[in-house]
Amino acid sequence: MPRPGKTILIIACGAIAREIHQIRTLNQWRHIEIEAIDANLHFTPTRIAPAVRDKLIHANGSYEKVFVAFADCGTYGELDKVLTEFGLERLPGLHCYATFAGQSQFDQYHDADPATFYLTDFLVRHFDRLVVRSLKLDVHPELLPQFFGNYQKVMYLMQSRSPLLEQKARDIADYLRLDYCSVETGFGELLPELQAVVGV
Amino acid sequence: MNEHADQSQDQDDDEELDLTTLSTEELVEQMHDDLYDGLKEEIVQGTSILLERGWSAERVLNEALVAGMKIVGIDFRDGILFVPEVLLAANAMKGGMGILRPLLAETGAKPVGKMVIGTVKGDIHDIGKNLVAMMLEGAGFEVIDIGINNAVEDYFAAIEEHQPDILGMSALLTTTMPYMKVVIDEMVARGVRDDYIVLVGGAPLNEEFGTAVGADGYCRDAAEAANMATRMVEERRAAAG
Repeated sequence: MPRPGKTILIIACGAIAREIHQIRTLNQWRHIEIEAIDANLHFTPTRIAPAVRDKLIHANGSYEKVFVAFADCGTYGELDKVLTEFGLERLPGLHCYATFAGQSQFDQYHDADPATFYLTDFLVRHFDRLVVRSLKLDVHPELLPQFFGNYQKVMYLMQSRSPLLEQKARDIADYLRLDYCSVETGFGELLPELQAVVGV
Repeated sequence: MNEHADQSQDQDDDEELDLTTLSTEELVEQMHDDLYDGLKEEIVQGTSILLERGWSAERVLNEALVAGMKIVGIDFRDGILFVPEVLLAANAMKGGMGILRPLLAETGAKPVGKMVIGTVKGDIHDIGKNLVAMMLEGAGFEVIDIGINNAVEDYFAAIEEHQPDILGMSALLTTTMPYMKVVIDEMVARGVRDDYIVLVGGAPLNEEFGTAVGADGYCRDAAEAANMATRMVEERRAAAG
């Protein structure tokens, strides 16, 4: 059951949930409930659609509106099957973090250089846990070339202007032995997507 | 008392297992476990021991390495192992292959078949492709790996140069996998489609997609790719008489 006054539920990928919280706060959208799903599931994407489905079943029609703030996120259409079943929509595109760059801009980045590894504020903050430890690079650094050897550069899609995070992003690029570039995206297309959900 | 027993157990666990003390049957089982755990040095040592005990390189490859990797593949498919563990296992197998490869070449045995393999244009993800290449080599194929981000011309240059039995294409992205049809359509246009077996694979693909793009087979995983490749080459040769 929703908490009193909550009429919209956003089920969010953990990788972009912080920014969704920030947008809600900045806009004083107090009627929005946010439920995040562990960003770690990006490494086991077959678990994403069932996890979203569980949340939807639990919500059980208690909200006036539900939006799923995931892109395809590696489910290869499985998430869309769940959303079709419930008559719901999600963020466009393949990767949730692409919404920060904007879909068409992100596509241009990818077409220009498919050998780009993308960082966001979230991924910079949690790189050690989500990438280094998840891929066992902390205990098997010899796997680094196998995971990242085909990449040429890191592109940091910056949601905030934080010298601390930018330095960490540069350190990550050094660690991965890749070139570095950054672009300030702010919330990108996430804001208009959520505005459309809220109806403003 | 229990504390002492636990300490004693810990000491036993810490002691390095001497592979030379194992029977051959035990050693092969141990090598399956070592592959599973990605222990390259142990696999190299086990491979050498089996050869010293008179096993042929082919038998070591099939019964110790390939059989062990099949277990890894099954547990990866079932979500018990993940990509890092599979890579470690593959690296361990490569250690054994490094010893066996020259010995296999010395036998002069003809390869089961020849395969050109590469990821399609726009796609730089090659972990799956590399596993397939390794398993096919393990199955006795000569594998020509043309790497990542291959345009139509790259595939054609490779098949014209190497005249393989099989062309293998791999993709990880839904945005790049349609390029497989571009390659196959061009093979049809140039009148060479039926000269080759075309196998496709990659996380976003399925059987239906493989059929839709006109491939001869969709390979769900590396072990299946090796089985399918072997079967299709045999069938094609039988049909050719």
